This record gives sequence, C-alpha cells and structure tokens, in this order.
Amino acid sequence: MSAVITASSLSKRYKSSQALDNVNFQIAPGRIVGLIGPNGAGKTTALKAILGLTDFTGDLNVLGFDPRKQRDKLMGEVCFIADVAVLPRWIRVHEVVDFVANVHPRFDRKKCEAFLARTKLTPNQRVRQMSKGMIVQLHLALVMAIDAKLLILDEPTLGLDILYRKQFYQHLLEDYFDENKTIIVTTHQVEEVEHILTDLMFIRDGKIVLDADMDAIGERFIEVMVNADNAATARALKPLDERQVFGKSIFLFDGVERAKLEALGEIRRPSVSDLFVATMKGTYA
Amino acid sequence: MKTFYWLLKREMWEHRGGLFWAPVITGGVFLLLNLMGIIAGEVMGGRFDGRTNFIGNNMHLLGDAMDKQSMDKVGAGLDMLMYSPTMLIGMVLGFVVFFYCLGALYDDRRDRSLLFWKSLPISDTTTVLSKVVTATIVAPFIAVIVGTLTGIVLMLMFAITLSFHGVGVWHLLTLAHPLQVIANLIGSIPLYLLWALPSVGWLMLCSAWARSKPFLWAVALPIATGIVIGWFKLIGTVEISTSWFWRDVLARILLSVFPGGWYSQVPNLGGNDPAEMLSMLNVVNTYSVLATPNIWIGVVAAAAMLAGAIWFRRWRDDS
Repeated sequence: MSAVITASSLSKRYKSSQALDNVNFQIAPGRIVGLIGPNGAGKTTALKAILGLTDFTGDLNVLGFDPRKQRDKLMGEVCFIADVAVLPRWIRVHEVVDFVANVHPRFDRKKCEAFLARTKLTPNQRVRQMSKGMIVQLHLALVMAIDAKLLILDEPTLGLDILYRKQFYQHLLEDYFDENKTIIVTTHQVEEVEHILTDLMFIRDGKIVLDADMDAIGERFIEVMVNADNAATARALKPLDERQVFGKSIFLFDGVERAKLEALGEIRRPSVSDLFVATMKGTYA
Repeated sequence: MKTFYWLLKREMWEHRGGLFWAPVITGGVFLLLNLMGIIAGEVMGGRFDGRTNFIGNNMHLLGDAMDKQSMDKVGAGLDMLMYSPTMLIGMVLGFVVFFYCLGALYDDRRDRSLLFWKSLPISDTTTVLSKVVTATIVAPFIAVIVGTLTGIVLMLMFAITLSFHGVGVWHLLTLAHPLQVIANLIGSIPLYLLWALPSVGWLMLCSAWARSKPFLWAVALPIATGIVIGWFKLIGTVEISTSWFWRDVLARILLSVFPGGWYSQVPNLGGNDPAEMLSMLNVVNTYSVLATPNIWIGVVAAAAMLAGAIWFRRWRDDS
C-alpha cells in the first residue's frame, strides 16, 4: 500500500525563524510514528502543515489530498488532538456528540457512547466544568469513534496526571489502533511512548535528523557499559555520547559493529530518551 | 444541508443567551414595566386614566387610539402598541448581532477551540456562512417572534385593565390587525438581511483578521479614516464630502445591524397620525428600498468583505 504521507522539500518560514527547512519524509500505513524534538524544533509546524492549518512551500500529499486545497475533504479521513484542550468551553457532552455525529460521516455514535460510559462524564456536563484529564477523555472518546485513517496527536497528554496518561495510550492501542490506521504522536514524555512506537523521527531546527523504524534503530544504535581501563579504546571508536555511572562509562555508538562493542563491555539497547539527548546535544547552546 | 443545520444549531448552543434570552428578557422587562405602570395608575389615579404615563407605560398609545373617533385610527393605534415591544427588542437585537459578529470568528481563535472545529470535515466557507445566516436571519426571526408575542400579551394586559373599568375594549381589539403586524415584521427580515450585510461583513472581517481586540479595530479604523478624510478636506487637498463618508460608509459598516436603518432610504416617510405612519411603514412600501443603489452597493461590499473573512478564516495561523 502506498504511503499515508509523502513530504518532499517541505519548508515553512516564520518571520524570525525557519520552522521547517527542506524536509523530506514518508510515512507508511499501519505505523505509530513518534515525532520527537526539542521545543521550537518545528514539530507542531509539521503537524499543522499536514493538517492544512498552515501554508508552506514544497509538496505534501496526505492520503492523496493536498492539505492546502482540500482541507475539508482531508479532515474526513484525519483526526487530531492538540497539545491544549481545544474543546470549546461552553459545549456540553451531549451537544458535542450530537454535533460530531451529524457532521462527520465516519463517526460511530455507539462506539463513542461506549467509551464515554467508561468515564465519569455526564451528558449535560459542560467542558468548562471538567478537569483537564476529563476533557482529554471526552476528546479521545470522540476521536476514537471516528474511523479515520490517520490520527495526529500533538502532546496529547501534556498536563495530565499519570493515571490519565497511562489510560490514554492504553485505550489508543487496545481500542483504536490497527494495521489500517496510522498514528503520529509528538511528545516530550518520550519514555511513555517508546514502547508503542514503530517508527521514530527526530526533528531539530526544522530538519529531520533521524528517521528510522525501531528495529533499525536497535541495530544501529548500541549502548556499551565500559570499565575505566577500556574507556580510551571506546573513545577511539567515536561514540555519540559518553556519560559516567558508578565509576563506569556508558558510551552510545551509531553504526559501529556489534562484535567490536561486545568486546568492550556489556551492550544494550539505548532508550529513546538517551538517544534523543545524545542527538540533540547543544541545541540550546 | 444537514451540516449547515447543525452549524446553525451549534451557534444557538453557544449564543443562546444573546439570541434567545436577550429578546425574551427584554420582552419580559417591557411587560413588567407596563404592568407596574398600570398598577401605579390604578393606585394613584383611583380611576382609570388612559393618559397616565409612567416610564415604560405605553398605555397612552391605547389612550390615543381611543380618543380618535375613526375606527381605522383606533386599529392603527392598537397596531402601534403591538409594534412597540418589537422596536425595543430590535434595539437589543442590534447590540446582540453587533457583538455576535465581532466574536464569531475571533472567540474560537482566542480560546484555541478553532483547532477542534477545524478538525471536522467542514469547509471554512460553510462555517462562515452559517454565522452570517445566524446573524441576519435566525437572530431577527427570534426577535420578531418574541416581539410579536410580547405585543399580544401587552394588548391583552391593557384590554383586561380597561374591561375592569367597564370600557368595552374587546370589540376594539378586533379592529387591530395582528396578522398584518406579524406579516410586516416577518416581511422585514429579508430587508434586515440585505441592509445589515455590510455591517455583518465588516465586523466578521475584523473578527477573522484581528490578532487581538477586534472591537477596537472594527470601530477605530473607520473612525480614524473619517478623521483623516476630514483633515484632508480641511487643508483643502481633496474635494469630497465627509458627511458622505460618515453616513454612507461608516454608519453602513458599523450601525446597519440595528434594524430599521433602511427607512432612511424610503422617500416620503412620515405621516400625521398613526394610521398614515403605519401605512408608510408597511412592508410593501419599505421594499421600495430595494430600488435604491445604496442597499445593493452595500450587499456587493459585504460579499467582498465576507470573502475576505473566509480567506482569513482559512489561512490565519496564530494558534
């Protein structure tokens, strides 16, 4: 099946900064892609371009649509939850369900009501009376009841407590995701999503600095715990990063032969957050 | 079509206070003031005096009507009585529509719920048009319904009071033309739509465009323009009439949301008594406004401004 999103030489310039700088990428269906980057790296701009919320230069094809020209058609196939609670504060639960049920052709009302039944939300409750966690529950119930091909999550769990956060990703995986759907998620809580991601994209200063699936990342990046006597040898292999733990050095290598590293010490798969920190070194300097 | 209906419903949900409760409360307060006037008249006068007039007491209209011997004039006076609450509610409608339009494309940008509305498969054109229809058709329609009902209750209130004094007003009431009044009021909704459009267009354009304080932009920009034109005229560099600007531009883009402004375009308005006056206000007569260029220039300008509002709605990126 062809790609869900194809971007070629995507650029977007704001007055003072280059938010996206000639970005190219492809996202295949059935993937869960983590778009990770420091603040101001261009994550949200990339998502907004995909959603047709902002203008850009270059080519972007989302599910066969040009988001600049066919935004309303595209939104029939795409859902998104943004980093802030964006449900209007005056609306009531039953109103928003009625509204989406009547304007969205792919909305399944029964499904939505089943999701809502698992929460404490009541039909007459207004959004302004809800906690942030409840608003996200409501939004998630609406979005998961839409049979969309692409779901975009921009910091969906920002400001939620740990119970809501766990529940959020759990519901998403158990009740929503399947091989026909694609999810793109940006977050700073990398540890939370690293087990569900199939693909990883790092973005820095408007450029994609890493774009690979998780298996490839496991092959390419290796962390080795090295005793002090081997440290010099390890440094000679040009590690990406080095840090000290309990008198040992932990080196992170990119694309160095596994056998060579095994000779130096105990090897393991780096966590996404360690990889992220190593890749983004010097971003704010 | 279904989407459009639900968009209108959405506007009703959000603005129930302005669109529905504001006219209802105005009508209620109007009735209450009249009731207070009637009671005060009863208590202080000890006997009925149709001319006793307290604030908000429109009894004198009925008194006027009964003074006239001619039956038409009685009927016209009663019709006038029935119109009176709608006129007041019309003023309120003007304010409601003004602020509704200013907020229509701004409030959801400010609280970022725009991102939610934009995540639904609805084009920006449809969204903006649903707001235009709400301002120019739904809002005046509700105002007319509430105004008419208030007018009927008002007439009944006076009729009952008078009947306590042995005045046989029930047969006088049959001289009124409630259906004609209702027809005139409903018939003026399309006029309201056409007349209000330039204001609605301008206010929505500011609402879609302003990054903050749409009210200030909407009001200050035309006033500043008027002052600059006046200044140029003062120093003699341009020969244009400033009153033209204030009346045909500024008033049209800011104040046309107040109903009845189109009467300024109707020739030979006025009359010596209620009957003549009312026949002038008859909707058939007021439709002669449609023959004046003013209203159509306004409609064309409104179309351009609304196109601008839709464009900004689509591309304004400040979330």
